[in-house]
Amino acid sequence: MKLKVIFIALIAIVSCKEEKESEKVVNNETEIAIKVIDSNSIDLEVYDFNGFEKFLNKNNNKTYVINFWATWCGPCVKELPYFEKLNEAYKNDDVEVILVSLDFPYLYESKLKPFIKEKKLASKVIALNDVDMNTWIPKVDVNWSGSIPATIIYKNDTRKFYEQSFTYEELTKELNQFLN
Amino acid sequence: MKKSIKLISFVYVLVLVSAFTVRDGGYKIGDVVEDFSLKNIDGKTVSLSDYKNSKGVIVVFTCNTCPYAVMYEDRIMDLNTKYATKGFPVVAIMPNNPEAKQGDSYEAMKERAKEKGFKFPYLMDEGQKIYPKFGATKTPHVFILQKKDGLHVVEYIGAIDNNYQDASAVTIKYVEEAVDAMLTGKEVFEKETKAIGCSIKV
Repeated sequence: MKLKVIFIALIAIVSCKEEKESEKVVNNETEIAIKVIDSNSIDLEVYDFNGFEKFLNKNNNKTYVINFWATWCGPCVKELPYFEKLNEAYKNDDVEVILVSLDFPYLYESKLKPFIKEKKLASKVIALNDVDMNTWIPKVDVNWSGSIPATIIYKNDTRKFYEQSFTYEELTKELNQFLN
Repeated sequence: MKKSIKLISFVYVLVLVSAFTVRDGGYKIGDVVEDFSLKNIDGKTVSLSDYKNSKGVIVVFTCNTCPYAVMYEDRIMDLNTKYATKGFPVVAIMPNNPEAKQGDSYEAMKERAKEKGFKFPYLMDEGQKIYPKFGATKTPHVFILQKKDGLHVVEYIGAIDNNYQDASAVTIKYVEEAVDAMLTGKEVFEKETKAIGCSIKV
Protein backbone atom coordinates (compact mmCIF):
# COMPACT_ATOMS: atom_id res chain seq x y z
CA MET A 1 0.00 0.00 0.00
CA LYS A 2 2.75 2.40 1.01
CA LEU A 3 4.68 1.67 -2.15
CA LYS A 4 1.61 2.19 -4.26
CA VAL A 5 0.95 5.61 -2.77
CA ILE A 6 4.53 6.68 -3.23
CA PHE A 7 4.47 5.40 -6.78
CA ILE A 8 1.37 7.44 -7.58
CA ALA A 9 2.98 10.50 -6.01
CA LEU A 10 6.08 10.03 -8.11
CA ILE A 11 4.04 9.84 -11.28
CA ALA A 12 2.23 13.00 -10.26
CA ILE A 13 5.52 14.79 -9.70
CA VAL A 14 7.04 13.62 -12.96
CA SER A 15 4.02 14.75 -14.93
CA CYS A 16 4.09 18.12 -13.16
CA LYS A 17 7.68 18.59 -14.19
CA GLU A 18 7.05 17.82 -17.83
CA GLU A 19 7.44 20.74 -20.16
CA LYS A 20 4.22 22.10 -21.51
CA GLU A 21 4.07 22.44 -25.24
CA SER A 22 4.38 26.03 -26.16
CA GLU A 23 1.75 28.03 -27.96
CA LYS A 24 1.74 27.77 -31.68
CA VAL A 25 2.63 31.02 -33.29
CA VAL A 26 1.67 32.38 -36.64
CA ASN A 27 3.92 31.52 -39.51
CA ASN A 28 5.29 34.63 -41.09
CA GLU A 29 7.52 33.62 -43.98
CA THR A 30 7.07 36.88 -45.81
CA GLU A 31 8.62 39.05 -43.09
CA ILE A 32 12.05 40.38 -43.86
CA ALA A 33 14.76 41.73 -41.63
CA ILE A 34 14.31 45.37 -40.67
CA LYS A 35 17.84 46.21 -41.59
CA VAL A 36 21.06 44.48 -42.38
CA ILE A 37 24.19 45.87 -40.83
CA ASP A 38 27.30 45.25 -42.85
CA SER A 39 30.66 46.43 -41.66
CA ASN A 40 33.88 44.60 -40.96
CA SER A 41 32.55 41.87 -43.25
CA ILE A 42 30.02 40.77 -40.62
CA ASP A 43 26.40 40.82 -41.76
CA LEU A 44 23.90 41.03 -38.95
CA GLU A 45 20.23 40.48 -39.55
CA VAL A 46 18.16 42.44 -37.03
CA TYR A 47 14.52 41.54 -36.47
CA ASP A 48 11.58 42.74 -34.46
CA PHE A 49 9.47 39.88 -33.09
CA ASN A 50 7.11 39.77 -36.08
CA GLY A 51 10.05 39.33 -38.39
CA PHE A 52 11.78 36.87 -36.07
CA GLU A 53 8.77 34.60 -35.50
CA LYS A 54 9.39 32.60 -38.69
CA PHE A 55 12.55 31.15 -37.16
CA LEU A 56 10.38 29.46 -34.50
CA ASN A 57 7.98 27.89 -36.98
CA LYS A 58 9.86 26.26 -39.83
CA ASN A 59 8.10 23.15 -41.01
CA ASN A 60 10.74 21.40 -43.07
CA ASN A 61 11.68 18.22 -41.14
CA LYS A 62 14.83 19.95 -39.96
CA THR A 63 15.61 20.20 -36.24
CA TYR A 64 16.27 23.73 -35.04
CA VAL A 65 18.14 24.65 -31.89
CA ILE A 66 17.35 28.28 -31.08
CA ASN A 67 19.45 29.81 -28.33
CA PHE A 68 18.68 33.22 -26.80
CA TRP A 69 21.86 34.89 -25.54
CA ALA A 70 23.77 38.14 -25.23
CA THR A 71 27.46 39.08 -25.07
CA TRP A 72 26.95 40.56 -21.59
CA CYS A 73 25.40 37.34 -20.24
CA GLY A 74 28.13 35.26 -18.57
CA PRO A 75 26.40 31.86 -18.56
CA CYS A 76 25.31 32.42 -22.18
CA VAL A 77 28.84 33.08 -23.35
CA LYS A 78 30.05 30.07 -21.38
CA GLU A 79 27.69 27.68 -23.17
CA LEU A 80 28.09 29.15 -26.69
CA PRO A 81 30.96 26.78 -27.58
CA TYR A 82 28.62 23.82 -26.89
CA PHE A 83 26.08 25.16 -29.35
CA GLU A 84 28.84 25.74 -31.88
CA LYS A 85 30.11 22.21 -31.38
CA LEU A 86 26.57 20.85 -31.72
CA ASN A 87 26.00 22.74 -34.96
CA GLU A 88 29.17 21.25 -36.42
CA ALA A 89 28.71 17.71 -35.07
CA TYR A 90 25.10 17.33 -36.20
CA LYS A 91 25.12 19.15 -39.52
CA ASN A 92 24.66 15.86 -41.37
CA ASP A 93 21.61 15.08 -39.22
CA ASP A 94 19.68 18.04 -40.55
CA VAL A 95 20.19 20.13 -37.42
CA GLU A 96 20.66 23.88 -37.46
CA VAL A 97 21.68 26.07 -34.54
CA ILE A 98 20.50 29.68 -34.57
CA LEU A 99 21.97 32.05 -31.99
CA VAL A 100 19.54 34.86 -31.22
CA SER A 101 21.35 37.80 -29.68
CA LEU A 102 19.45 40.06 -27.30
CA ASP A 103 22.30 42.54 -27.14
CA PHE A 104 21.37 46.20 -26.94
CA PRO A 105 21.22 47.81 -30.40
CA TYR A 106 23.75 50.51 -29.52
CA LEU A 107 26.29 47.77 -28.87
CA TYR A 108 25.84 45.88 -32.17
CA GLU A 109 28.84 47.59 -33.75
CA SER A 110 31.09 47.95 -30.74
CA LYS A 111 30.42 44.63 -28.97
CA LEU A 112 28.29 42.09 -30.78
CA LYS A 113 29.93 42.15 -34.20
CA PRO A 114 33.50 42.14 -32.84
CA PHE A 115 32.44 39.22 -30.59
CA ILE A 116 31.08 37.22 -33.54
CA LYS A 117 34.27 37.88 -35.45
CA GLU A 118 36.65 37.15 -32.59
CA LYS A 119 34.93 33.92 -31.56
CA LYS A 120 34.55 32.95 -35.23
CA LEU A 121 30.96 31.90 -34.63
CA ALA A 122 29.97 29.52 -37.40
CA SER A 123 26.31 29.12 -36.41
CA LYS A 124 23.83 31.59 -37.79
CA VAL A 125 23.65 34.66 -35.52
CA ILE A 126 20.70 37.02 -35.70
CA ALA A 127 19.68 39.90 -33.45
CA LEU A 128 16.25 40.33 -31.94
CA ASN A 129 15.40 43.91 -31.05
CA ASP A 130 11.89 44.37 -29.73
CA VAL A 131 11.29 46.35 -26.53
CA ASP A 132 7.72 45.12 -26.04
CA MET A 133 8.94 42.05 -24.20
CA ASN A 134 5.73 41.37 -22.30
CA THR A 135 4.05 40.76 -25.67
CA TRP A 136 6.62 38.55 -27.33
CA ILE A 137 8.16 36.52 -24.47
CA PRO A 138 4.98 34.45 -23.93
CA LYS A 139 4.81 33.85 -27.70
CA VAL A 140 8.22 32.18 -27.56
CA ASP A 141 7.03 30.05 -24.66
CA VAL A 142 4.27 30.62 -22.12
CA ASN A 143 6.51 29.38 -19.31
CA TRP A 144 9.48 31.63 -20.06
CA SER A 145 10.00 34.08 -17.18
CA GLY A 146 12.46 36.04 -19.32
CA SER A 147 15.87 35.06 -17.99
CA ILE A 148 18.64 34.11 -20.38
CA PRO A 149 20.17 31.80 -21.43
CA ALA A 150 17.05 30.16 -22.85
CA THR A 151 16.79 27.59 -25.61
CA ILE A 152 14.16 26.03 -27.84
CA ILE A 153 14.64 22.78 -29.71
CA TYR A 154 11.99 21.98 -32.29
CA LYS A 155 11.26 19.86 -35.29
CA ASN A 156 8.04 20.59 -37.15
CA ASP A 157 5.32 20.60 -34.47
CA THR A 158 7.34 19.01 -31.67
CA ARG A 159 9.13 21.45 -29.44
CA LYS A 160 10.71 21.82 -26.04
CA PHE A 161 11.68 24.97 -24.18
CA TYR A 162 14.52 25.27 -21.66
CA GLU A 163 15.12 28.23 -19.35
CA GLN A 164 18.53 27.00 -18.19
CA SER A 165 22.22 26.64 -18.96
CA PHE A 166 23.53 23.55 -20.74
CA THR A 167 26.60 21.38 -20.76
CA TYR A 168 27.44 19.77 -24.11
CA GLU A 169 26.30 16.38 -22.79
CA GLU A 170 22.94 17.75 -21.64
CA LEU A 171 22.48 19.46 -24.97
CA THR A 172 23.15 16.35 -27.06
CA LYS A 173 20.88 14.32 -24.80
CA GLU A 174 18.01 16.72 -25.43
CA LEU A 175 18.73 16.99 -29.14
CA ASN A 176 18.83 13.24 -29.59
CA GLN A 177 15.21 13.01 -28.48
CA PHE A 178 14.33 14.85 -31.67
CA LEU A 179 16.44 12.78 -34.01
CA ASN A 180 14.94 9.32 -33.63
CA MET B 1 -0.98 -0.54 12.25
CA LYS B 2 -1.88 -0.67 8.60
CA LYS B 3 -3.84 2.52 9.04
CA SER B 4 -0.92 4.36 10.55
CA ILE B 5 1.36 3.27 7.71
CA LYS B 6 -1.21 4.61 5.30
CA LEU B 7 -1.32 7.89 7.18
CA ILE B 8 2.46 8.17 7.30
CA SER B 9 2.72 7.53 3.56
CA PHE B 10 0.06 10.13 2.90
CA VAL B 11 1.87 12.75 4.98
CA TYR B 12 5.13 11.80 3.31
CA VAL B 13 3.56 12.27 -0.11
CA LEU B 14 2.10 15.62 0.91
CA VAL B 15 5.47 16.83 2.13
CA LEU B 16 7.12 15.60 -1.05
CA VAL B 17 4.60 17.23 -3.33
CA SER B 18 4.53 20.53 -1.46
CA ALA B 19 8.32 20.64 -1.34
CA PHE B 20 8.36 20.33 -5.11
CA THR B 21 5.73 22.99 -5.56
CA VAL B 22 7.71 25.52 -3.59
CA ARG B 23 10.99 24.74 -5.29
CA ASP B 24 9.47 24.86 -8.73
CA GLY B 25 7.58 28.07 -8.75
CA GLY B 26 7.84 30.22 -5.65
CA TYR B 27 5.10 32.65 -4.70
CA LYS B 28 2.12 33.12 -6.97
CA ILE B 29 -0.36 35.98 -7.10
CA GLY B 30 -2.45 35.86 -3.92
CA ASP B 31 0.16 33.99 -1.85
CA VAL B 32 1.14 35.21 1.60
CA VAL B 33 4.83 36.06 1.89
CA GLU B 34 6.75 34.67 4.85
CA ASP B 35 8.74 37.13 6.91
CA PHE B 36 12.43 37.41 5.99
CA SER B 37 15.43 39.12 7.56
CA LEU B 38 18.42 40.14 5.45
CA LYS B 39 21.51 42.26 5.96
CA ASN B 40 21.34 45.76 4.55
CA ILE B 41 24.33 47.68 3.17
CA ASP B 42 24.49 49.69 6.41
CA GLY B 43 25.16 46.50 8.38
CA LYS B 44 21.71 46.45 9.97
CA THR B 45 19.14 43.73 9.44
CA VAL B 46 15.94 44.55 7.61
CA SER B 47 12.88 42.35 7.98
CA LEU B 48 9.63 42.39 6.08
CA SER B 49 7.91 42.57 9.46
CA ASP B 50 9.60 45.96 10.05
CA TYR B 51 7.11 47.41 7.60
CA LYS B 52 4.27 47.47 10.09
CA ASN B 53 2.74 50.74 9.06
CA SER B 54 3.11 50.52 5.29
CA LYS B 55 0.30 49.58 2.92
CA GLY B 56 2.66 47.28 1.10
CA VAL B 57 6.19 46.84 -0.18
CA ILE B 58 7.69 46.94 -3.68
CA VAL B 59 10.27 44.14 -3.57
CA VAL B 60 12.80 44.42 -6.40
CA PHE B 61 15.37 41.70 -7.04
CA THR B 62 18.21 43.60 -8.65
CA CYS B 63 22.00 43.74 -8.74
CA ASN B 64 25.01 45.84 -9.72
CA THR B 65 26.15 43.83 -12.70
CA CYS B 66 23.17 43.03 -14.93
CA PRO B 67 22.86 45.58 -17.77
CA TYR B 68 19.07 45.45 -17.55
CA ALA B 69 19.17 46.10 -13.81
CA VAL B 70 21.53 49.01 -14.36
CA MET B 71 19.23 50.48 -17.01
CA TYR B 72 16.40 50.36 -14.48
CA GLU B 73 18.32 51.77 -11.47
CA ASP B 74 17.03 55.32 -11.85
CA ARG B 75 13.50 54.08 -12.43
CA ILE B 76 13.67 51.95 -9.26
CA MET B 77 14.81 55.04 -7.33
CA ASP B 78 11.92 57.03 -8.84
CA LEU B 79 9.46 54.37 -7.72
CA ASN B 80 10.66 54.71 -4.14
CA THR B 81 10.52 58.51 -4.30
CA LYS B 82 6.99 58.43 -5.64
CA TYR B 83 5.50 55.63 -3.53
CA ALA B 84 7.38 55.39 -0.20
CA THR B 85 5.43 58.32 1.20
CA LYS B 86 2.20 56.82 -0.12
CA GLY B 87 2.81 53.61 1.81
CA PHE B 88 4.62 51.45 -0.77
CA PRO B 89 8.40 51.72 -0.17
CA VAL B 90 10.95 49.88 -2.29
CA VAL B 91 13.01 47.07 -0.79
CA ALA B 92 15.80 45.93 -3.11
CA ILE B 93 17.31 42.46 -2.72
CA MET B 94 20.52 41.35 -4.44
CA PRO B 95 20.05 37.62 -5.17
CA ASN B 96 23.33 36.69 -6.90
CA ASN B 97 26.06 34.64 -5.31
CA PRO B 98 28.88 37.21 -4.94
CA GLU B 99 31.43 34.42 -5.38
CA ALA B 100 30.00 33.80 -8.84
CA LYS B 101 29.72 37.51 -9.57
CA GLN B 102 32.34 39.63 -7.83
CA GLY B 103 30.74 42.87 -8.96
CA ASP B 104 27.85 41.98 -6.69
CA SER B 105 29.86 41.62 -3.48
CA TYR B 106 28.63 43.26 -0.29
CA GLU B 107 31.32 45.94 -0.66
CA ALA B 108 30.37 46.57 -4.28
CA MET B 109 26.69 46.85 -3.29
CA LYS B 110 27.58 49.46 -0.66
CA GLU B 111 29.60 51.44 -3.19
CA ARG B 112 26.89 51.32 -5.85
CA ALA B 113 24.18 52.39 -3.41
CA LYS B 114 26.33 55.29 -2.25
CA GLU B 115 27.18 56.36 -5.79
CA LYS B 116 23.55 56.36 -6.85
CA GLY B 117 22.18 57.57 -3.53
CA PHE B 118 19.73 54.74 -2.89
CA LYS B 119 17.12 55.86 -0.36
CA PHE B 120 15.86 52.32 0.19
CA PRO B 121 17.37 49.15 1.69
CA TYR B 122 19.67 47.18 -0.62
CA LEU B 123 19.77 43.75 0.96
CA MET B 124 22.13 40.85 0.38
CA ASP B 125 20.34 37.51 -0.02
CA GLU B 126 23.07 35.79 1.99
CA GLY B 127 23.09 32.06 1.28
CA GLN B 128 20.55 32.68 -1.51
CA LYS B 129 17.62 31.46 0.56
CA ILE B 130 15.04 34.16 -0.11
CA TYR B 131 14.92 34.51 -3.90
CA PRO B 132 13.84 30.86 -4.44
CA LYS B 133 10.93 31.40 -2.03
CA PHE B 134 9.77 34.25 -4.19
CA GLY B 135 10.48 32.32 -7.36
CA ALA B 136 12.59 35.18 -8.66
CA THR B 137 14.49 34.02 -11.74
CA LYS B 138 16.30 37.12 -12.90
CA THR B 139 17.30 40.71 -12.29
CA PRO B 140 15.38 42.95 -12.33
CA HIS B 141 12.30 41.06 -11.10
CA VAL B 142 9.57 42.90 -9.18
CA PHE B 143 7.10 41.54 -6.60
CA ILE B 144 4.55 43.97 -5.18
CA LEU B 145 3.20 42.94 -1.79
CA GLN B 146 0.02 44.44 -0.39
CA LYS B 147 -0.78 44.35 3.30
CA LYS B 148 -4.05 42.54 3.94
CA ASP B 149 -5.15 41.81 7.53
CA GLY B 150 -1.54 42.20 8.64
CA LEU B 151 -0.20 39.76 6.03
CA HIS B 152 1.91 40.60 2.98
CA VAL B 153 0.11 39.24 -0.07
CA VAL B 154 1.67 39.07 -3.55
CA GLU B 155 -0.40 41.20 -5.92
CA TYR B 156 1.97 41.75 -8.84
CA ILE B 157 4.94 39.89 -10.37
CA GLY B 158 7.04 41.01 -13.29
CA ALA B 159 8.55 43.96 -15.08
CA ILE B 160 8.77 47.65 -14.23
CA ASP B 161 7.56 48.99 -17.58
CA ASN B 162 7.45 48.17 -21.28
CA ASN B 163 10.62 49.79 -22.61
CA TYR B 164 13.95 48.89 -21.05
CA GLN B 165 15.92 50.85 -23.64
CA ASP B 166 14.34 54.25 -23.26
CA ALA B 167 12.49 55.42 -20.16
CA SER B 168 11.00 58.33 -22.10
CA ALA B 169 9.44 55.97 -24.67
CA VAL B 170 7.63 53.85 -22.07
CA THR B 171 3.90 53.55 -22.77
CA ILE B 172 2.87 51.27 -19.90
CA LYS B 173 4.32 51.61 -16.40
CA TYR B 174 3.27 48.19 -15.05
CA VAL B 175 4.45 48.72 -11.46
CA GLU B 176 2.99 52.22 -11.16
CA GLU B 177 -0.33 51.09 -12.58
CA ALA B 178 -0.44 48.19 -10.11
CA VAL B 179 0.41 50.33 -7.06
CA ASP B 180 -2.01 53.06 -8.15
CA ALA B 181 -4.75 50.45 -8.39
CA MET B 182 -3.95 49.16 -4.88
CA LEU B 183 -3.92 52.68 -3.47
CA THR B 184 -7.36 53.40 -4.88
CA GLY B 185 -8.79 50.05 -3.89
CA LYS B 186 -9.10 48.83 -7.46
CA GLU B 187 -8.23 45.46 -8.93
CA VAL B 188 -4.74 45.34 -10.48
CA PHE B 189 -5.34 45.12 -14.23
CA GLU B 190 -2.12 43.40 -15.27
CA LYS B 191 -0.95 41.15 -12.43
CA GLU B 192 1.89 39.43 -14.25
CA THR B 193 4.22 40.70 -16.95
CA LYS B 194 7.32 39.34 -18.62
CA ALA B 195 10.66 40.93 -19.43
CA ILE B 196 14.14 39.75 -20.33
CA GLY B 197 16.60 39.83 -17.47
CA CYS B 198 19.86 38.28 -16.30
CA SER B 199 19.58 34.87 -14.75
CA ILE B 200 20.37 34.78 -11.03
CA LYS B 201 23.97 33.64 -10.54
CA VAL B 202 24.36 30.67 -8.19
